[in-house]
Amino acid sequence: MASTDVDQLEELPGHPEHGTPRRTRPRRRRRGFLAGLIGVVGELMITAGVLLGLFVVWQLWWTDVEANSYQAQVLEDWRGQGDVVDAPPQAGEPRTDPPPLPTVGGEGDVMGTLHVPRLGPDYEYSIAEGVSLGPVLNQGYIGHYPDTQLPGEVGNFATAAHRQSYGAPYREIEQIVVGDSLIVETADAYLVYEVVGSEVVHPSQVEVIAPVPGEPGVAPTERMITLTTCHPLFSAAERWITYGQFQHWVDKNDGMPAELLELQEGR
Amino acid sequence: MYGALWRVLPGPAWFRVIVLLLLAVAAVYVCFTWLFPQIAPYMPFNETTIEGAP
Repeated sequence: MASTDVDQLEELPGHPEHGTPRRTRPRRRRRGFLAGLIGVVGELMITAGVLLGLFVVWQLWWTDVEANSYQAQVLEDWRGQGDVVDAPPQAGEPRTDPPPLPTVGGEGDVMGTLHVPRLGPDYEYSIAEGVSLGPVLNQGYIGHYPDTQLPGEVGNFATAAHRQSYGAPYREIEQIVVGDSLIVETADAYLVYEVVGSEVVHPSQVEVIAPVPGEPGVAPTERMITLTTCHPLFSAAERWITYGQFQHWVDKNDGMPAELLELQEGR
Repeated sequence: MYGALWRVLPGPAWFRVIVLLLLAVAAVYVCFTWLFPQIAPYMPFNETTIEGAP
């Protein structure tokens, strides 16, 4: 198309310096053969580049958009369930007797939410059963490793979530430091854990989700929580692990944990 | 390749531009809703769990 335009221009009177029609004809045939081939290859490469760019946009931006809007709905639906208590905005009494355990359904069923005061008053993500990508993690949930204990149970409540893309619940996991609270909200209780450490491990180190983290086969006496996600960002070479230990729990009929209450009042 | 597409399309230039824009939007839509979700699991950076877990 472009070459035709140029040739027409060249054949116009008043532009003889661009060459005579006699010179143009063989040049056109050669360009048609070589440039045509190179042109198609070039266009294919540009197309591949655009597709790769689009994939990056989709992965880094669109999956977040989709997961966040889905999760907003999930949270609303969960709070609307009849058995989920609406805690009054007052400090509830911290209790250290065995807390009530949430009921757990099949893969993708919501058992509660996670609050991390360090990450702001709005930090709340739904926790669902299972850690498979499609039905759980890619929907923006925090996933519960099915073979590990439940929140509040003696042993290890182990979870996984994305660190980038798909809502990325554990995006800022590196900012959670020792002494911070991890608050699991179930239908009828708030379970307050305190962060006791974090580490970077190889993806094959399954002992981090053992009932006693790091010591597989040992009978647990403590109630622990473990967060696992990928490390470093945009890589799956290693895993970031954060551990928490159970401190106390608050009955939702009684109120909220002081940690959460002062955070929500301060906003 | 794209030149051939341009020549195959009927109508004046502004009409062809609109048709091509619609085709581009359709291509992006198919990529976002079908193609990319299909290939994402094969990307190496989406693993967050430790091995041995399902």
